[in-house]
Amino acid sequence: MASFFKKILFLFVPLLVGVLQLTAQEYKIYDSLPQLQERIRQAGDSTTLVINFWATWCKPCVEELPCFEELQAYYKSQNVQVILVSLDFKSQLEKKFIPFLKNQKLNCEVVLFSDQDTNEWMPQIEEEWDGAIPATVVFQGPKQGFNLGKFENFGDLEDFVLPFLTEKKNGGIKNFSRSGSGK
Amino acid sequence: MTQHFRPVLFAFSTLFLLFTLGNHLDGPRGYVVGDTAEDFSLKSTEGKQVSLSSFPNAKGYIIVFTCNHCPYAQIYEQRVIDLHAKYAPLGFPVVAINPNSPKVVEEDSFEEMQKRAAIKKYPFAYLCDESQTVFPKFGATRTPHVFILDSLKVVRYIGAIDDNPETPEAVNNKWVEMAVDSLLTGKLPNPDFTRAVGCTVKKKPKTP
Repeated sequence: MASFFKKILFLFVPLLVGVLQLTAQEYKIYDSLPQLQERIRQAGDSTTLVINFWATWCKPCVEELPCFEELQAYYKSQNVQVILVSLDFKSQLEKKFIPFLKNQKLNCEVVLFSDQDTNEWMPQIEEEWDGAIPATVVFQGPKQGFNLGKFENFGDLEDFVLPFLTEKKNGGIKNFSRSGSGK
Repeated sequence: MTQHFRPVLFAFSTLFLLFTLGNHLDGPRGYVVGDTAEDFSLKSTEGKQVSLSSFPNAKGYIIVFTCNHCPYAQIYEQRVIDLHAKYAPLGFPVVAINPNSPKVVEEDSFEEMQKRAAIKKYPFAYLCDESQTVFPKFGATRTPHVFILDSLKVVRYIGAIDDNPETPEAVNNKWVEMAVDSLLTGKLPNPDFTRAVGCTVKKKPKTP
């Protein structure tokens, strides 16, 4: 009898662990620029890839995260993909990064980018970038846009991304949300 | 004659106006390597007014925009202390400036600066850019952000302390040390500009 329970326990524990892992926020770790570049290449020409560089310790970054979540939700059907690339320290993965993700429940793709040699990789992403975050890069085929600093609201982020959309629907969400908010 | 000159004059004045306006709209862009820095006078955590001229025997200055709250500033704190210990005797003191508004981050208030400087026994001057007028002149955008000046206050290096914030043991290039060593031997730093991640400078919110 006891062995029967043991068997059930053996079945249940891995299942429970599996379920818990599914509900936790997923993230990838990239240790070097080629991994990030490969991810950018994978997106292909039909996708508008928006990469936001942030960190859990960066207050303005955390404040603008909801704008990116909103962007991903509204523009998914127009082939917009948002990747939130965190520059958090790998050594604080358990202490800071994972608890933050659990707390925020982000829907966007999340990457922890741990290459410390900023001076080497940063200009390869964007020559004008001096090191401050938040910073956002948009890729669409050969086109690339760059914004240094925080977007004050969703509208500002939309204005930045709209010129890079591959599929332009009539007016898009922009006019809809603007008229909806009465502005 | 004057009839002829008028359009030319108009064109010139418009151009001039556009140019000055353009400069104004962008705000001060900050120093680039080769510019001469203006001296400043800021209050230190010891309550003294400190300027560059307070170091009459300096062969140069390692100016570090840094602060209390930022994890990147904290991770570099010991390295900044070590820089001063190594280079102040050679004529290159560290001058640390906190550019942040305590209205945005309380932890960066003058009182908190005093506490941190005391606990960590800062051997260098830790100054408060209370009016937030000094960091824009330099063009400091984040903490930590280093500007190395020579004895004539000419900016010779701008950027990061080294190439590995997270793991000091894994550093390959100690950029600030390399730059000061160059200047001490009469050479110009190479590289003289590097990029580094940091916390953005916290500007005082505009009062409506």
